[in-house]
Amino acid sequence: MTRTPFIVRFLGATPKSGWIALAFAAALTMVLLPALHLLVPAGSSFHVSAYVITLVGKIMCYAIVAVAMDLIWGYTGILSLGHGVFFALGGYAFGMYLMRQIGRDGSYQSDLPDFMVFLDWKQLPWYWTGSDSILWSILLVLVVPALVALVFGFFAFRSRIKGVYFSIITQAMTFAAMLFFFRNETGFGGNNGFTDFKRILGHSITSPGMRVSLFALTALMLLATLVLGRYLVTSKLGRVLAAIRDAESRVMFIGYNPLYYKLFIWTLSALLCGIAGALYVPQVGIINPGEMSPANSIEIAIWVAVGGRATLVGPVLGAFIVNLAKSFFTVAFPEYWLFFLGALFVGVTLWLPDGVVGLWRKLREQRKPGSAA
Amino acid sequence: MSAPSILHLHEVTVSFDGFRALNELSLDIEVGELRCIIGPNGAGKTTMMDVITGKTRADRGKVMFDQNIDVRRMAEAEIAHLGIGRKFQKPTVFENLTVFDNLELSMKMDKRARTSLFAWLDDDARDKIADTLRLIRLDGEAKRQAGLLSHGQKQWLEIGMLLMQDPKLLLLDEPVAGMTDDETARTGELFKSLAGKHSLVVVEHDMGFIEQLGGTVTVLHEGSVLAEGDLATVQNDPRVIEVYLGR
Repeated sequence: MTRTPFIVRFLGATPKSGWIALAFAAALTMVLLPALHLLVPAGSSFHVSAYVITLVGKIMCYAIVAVAMDLIWGYTGILSLGHGVFFALGGYAFGMYLMRQIGRDGSYQSDLPDFMVFLDWKQLPWYWTGSDSILWSILLVLVVPALVALVFGFFAFRSRIKGVYFSIITQAMTFAAMLFFFRNETGFGGNNGFTDFKRILGHSITSPGMRVSLFALTALMLLATLVLGRYLVTSKLGRVLAAIRDAESRVMFIGYNPLYYKLFIWTLSALLCGIAGALYVPQVGIINPGEMSPANSIEIAIWVAVGGRATLVGPVLGAFIVNLAKSFFTVAFPEYWLFFLGALFVGVTLWLPDGVVGLWRKLREQRKPGSAA
Repeated sequence: MSAPSILHLHEVTVSFDGFRALNELSLDIEVGELRCIIGPNGAGKTTMMDVITGKTRADRGKVMFDQNIDVRRMAEAEIAHLGIGRKFQKPTVFENLTVFDNLELSMKMDKRARTSLFAWLDDDARDKIADTLRLIRLDGEAKRQAGLLSHGQKQWLEIGMLLMQDPKLLLLDEPVAGMTDDETARTGELFKSLAGKHSLVVVEHDMGFIEQLGGTVTVLHEGSVLAEGDLATVQNDPRVIEVYLGR
């Protein structure tokens, strides 16, 4: 008997209906929206503005984070309230490259980033070595958040820290990281962070072509994350993760060491967040320690809860629903946004424990017996 | 000793905040034996299983498996790989997975994360799962979520999960609690058919069930062995009567 090749199993984990939906999403985000932005003149009512491209691009970055969160929270039952750290670390890692690409076009016309001139530093700190190179920066994006997660996770999971205690220490971790990045001496721009980016690989960062390229790349990354996630949660590893969520002691007594399973999914989740952060920064044009504030990490959990835990596609919907509402509210009624967010979370917890996807499934089940009768 | 021992406890002591849950407990289980353990609440039955499976560490004493393997410093998963399977007092199955998946995950195999990431079920494994499904009478429920099973069925599923590990020694903590009389009788038959191929240690309160199983009965009291022998002997032992009835 021949074994099914891995690639077939990997892609086959996503059902046919899933692939159709992915194809539609790809056509929309990689062809239609870019074309409407680039080719349709700005006066036309079909023109998609830079604002929309940037907003949707930004939300797609959040959606990647939400899917990453779903892998660790929805499927493994570990609620992280510190995922903002990994997102921000990825952003900072790529931001270093963007800062170096400014060259001598900063306010002080120096080789050094402006904030270093302001601090009267004469040369780049050692950890900025290699930040001129995009390849090195991409390597940092992939390695730094994952490495931080690996070390943190190893100690936390080895000590069998679980449940609310784990959530609390992740909050503490993101808070500590925020305070650390706020300091000017840390060498990442203090509370202003990085901004005023000019170009990537020598091309202007504000050109429509660059905007659309980053947008399409983000869309591709989001779709790839969904395919990867679907394979993971349907693989044997994914079933062991679900088993850990249901009855961890039983998992140990049938011979699995949960440590490495948790560590794998935790580190992968952080890696995905790092990539999302790196895609986010050039589109939004700024990264500062505010991204590591505890509230940001809690918001990630809200996206997942609103969309529906352990569904993969739910968190994507949740990220879009909450963030579209946010961009509406913060313009229309800025002072009420946090109340709305809080009410949304309470409402979802009380009435929609399985989120939007859960609601949709319930409605479909109710219709089935009705239509059969 | 007549037959070689599969499990040997020698003067095992476990204290929690000064309370001695196990007090110099010594016990020998022979290969292929079916041993029943009884005792009033707090006698140390569950603590004993915790020590054998690595959940609790012994303060003193020896825990030897298969004559020369010292399990006292090993982790839970390592002990499981040696061939010790454990059923909990409260049936513990993976509620959100199917019955089939529950058995699949329990199967004896390489259980490292990197193997699981690429694992693929072959036909032999499917056959083995199908055999176990028949044995535990859940062949019609393979695709059902384990959380939807009845209490008795969950108990059987958990026993099936142990069997998938192909263990040398099964530790069964109150396996028939909450079962109907019919289910209890069938469980007894199953255990008797397993003895010989596997060694079994059954902790139970149901005297009728213990009578059905036959075999040696050990009475635990305050963390050590009070009496040992066949059920009739043990039940007529004045010390056992005193412990169960109080003074």
